Amino acid sequence: MADTDVQERRNLSASATAHRGDRVFNRTITAAAFSALFVLAGIAIFLGAQTIPVLQTQGLSFLTTTAWDINTDPPTAGIWGMLYGSVVLAVVALVIAVPASLMMSIFMVFLAPKRLASMLTNLIDLMAAIPSVILGLWAFYVLNPTAEVWQQLLNQYLGWIPIFQNTSGNFLGTPFIAGFVLAIMMIPIVTSVTREVLSRTPADLVNASEALGCSMWTMLRYVALPYGRGGIVGGIMLGLGRALGETIAVFFVLKIVFDTNWYNIIESGGGSVATLIVSRFGEISGPYELQLLLAAGFFLFIMTLIVNVIANLIVNRTGRLQK
Amino acid sequence: MSTAEFESVDVLEAEMTTPAPSMVTELEARNVSVWFGPRKVLEGVNMSFPKHSVTALIGPSGCGKSTFIRTLNRLHELIPGAALAGEILYEGKDIYSRDVDPVHIRLAIGMVFQKPNPFPSMTIRGNVLSGLKLSGMKRSNHDDIVEETLTAAGLWTEVKDRLDRAGGELSGGQQQRLVIARALAVQPHVLLMDEPCSALDPASTLKIEETIRQLSKEVTIVIVTHNMQQAVRVADNTAFFLAAENEPGRVIEQGSTTEIFGNPKDERTLDYVNGRFG
Repeated sequence: MADTDVQERRNLSASATAHRGDRVFNRTITAAAFSALFVLAGIAIFLGAQTIPVLQTQGLSFLTTTAWDINTDPPTAGIWGMLYGSVVLAVVALVIAVPASLMMSIFMVFLAPKRLASMLTNLIDLMAAIPSVILGLWAFYVLNPTAEVWQQLLNQYLGWIPIFQNTSGNFLGTPFIAGFVLAIMMIPIVTSVTREVLSRTPADLVNASEALGCSMWTMLRYVALPYGRGGIVGGIMLGLGRALGETIAVFFVLKIVFDTNWYNIIESGGGSVATLIVSRFGEISGPYELQLLLAAGFFLFIMTLIVNVIANLIVNRTGRLQK
Repeated sequence: MSTAEFESVDVLEAEMTTPAPSMVTELEARNVSVWFGPRKVLEGVNMSFPKHSVTALIGPSGCGKSTFIRTLNRLHELIPGAALAGEILYEGKDIYSRDVDPVHIRLAIGMVFQKPNPFPSMTIRGNVLSGLKLSGMKRSNHDDIVEETLTAAGLWTEVKDRLDRAGGELSGGQQQRLVIARALAVQPHVLLMDEPCSALDPASTLKIEETIRQLSKEVTIVIVTHNMQQAVRVADNTAFFLAAENEPGRVIEQGSTTEIFGNPKDERTLDYVNGRFG
């Protein structure tokens, strides 16, 4: 025992003595990992720098009011309606895409014969590959007339629910149609993540629930979905990120109005920060308006960040026990 | 003398000399053959399981024991391409007849698997009661059920102060006893056990065996095991399965455990129970 007391203690470190090739490799990989952080920080700083003068001239009303008038001096701008409109579109998209994606992935994992399931998987992945400009054009020419009828029916039979009110009689350019297009874009992402997560439900847990006399529905509800909840929420958030930032597809089907459309999702006119930027950019009046658009972009960036933080909180909370 | 008189005499004797099993047949396989798609894995199995008896199924890997046990509570049919010939009679009625609800059968004939499989995100208490929740079965006094079944599974004293902890925190042996308690909570009449101790250490194995002996006073048990000593220790009856190369598995010999191990009639049984092959 006495010997160990006088022994010299050597701190061991794998990286210090590693093979030279390994050291080069490790540093390259570390640099690559940090480059993502640099790009993100670079964008944030650039947008933030443009935002400061805008906030100095417009004040907080840039966030809390809805206006876009470049004829006044200085021009008046407020993006509240756009920020809020983006959220409305995302909610409509979520309500349509999440149930559809869940059902599709449950079918593929637990019900479909193997060959059909792998065929569907490929088709859905293909769906994700459609460029959004194509989807936008398709929505403009094909979805618009159809969705017009759906919305008229919704208004006719469910018009007593406030969200299905329409007083203008114009059913085009509505948040509903734009949200529907976003849902089509979200479905492949959410479905493929959910399918992956569900297919990893441990076979012995499925066995256990089957042996306990459980129907497919209860197995999903108490075993497969709770097991995959974290991953499924993650997939939904990935899709939501796409929905919040999507520009071109929405540009084709949403009528941008500088007014807050609070809840009339089948009434013509709505807002979207990303689409505001692209629609104004072409006919920009001068450097100050460009700054206004960049500032709007900054707040879109912040909003997406907040959504991601909330998503992380939800995912981390899923370890809780069921009694 | 009619069979009814035979039975009543036997039941009386059984009561005087517990734990001998009664002669009432609870579960019976009649000429059962099983397929996975085109491949026949089991042929012509006839076996009866007397009420409150313990039956061990032994034999080398791949001889169809586990497949057979999974036909007894209709789990086999969940595998795509599964097929079956013959009849499984539970309380005299074919469990595969059209008017029988498989959920009903799986509740009456419970199962414990090779690998302990408690639901990891549920508490110990939640695991015990999960069968009630999953099947929608109504039973009152959940606290009593938890205590009774955990006691029956030999786990109560070890976990009674931490029922709200996760089932996944327990050791392998404790988890296996937890899933036994879970299976018991839905009040099965038969408990199927597919190599329940193969993933456990010797001490846990002995505990499970003790649990099996206790349980056999109230439920009929069928256990697949690769451990000869275990069959001798727990089983009233034993059946020896064997599959020749490229042929379906068959029952080579069955009878009371003392007979199968002490005085087998077939040479292959003798070789197997003495560890000469398999």
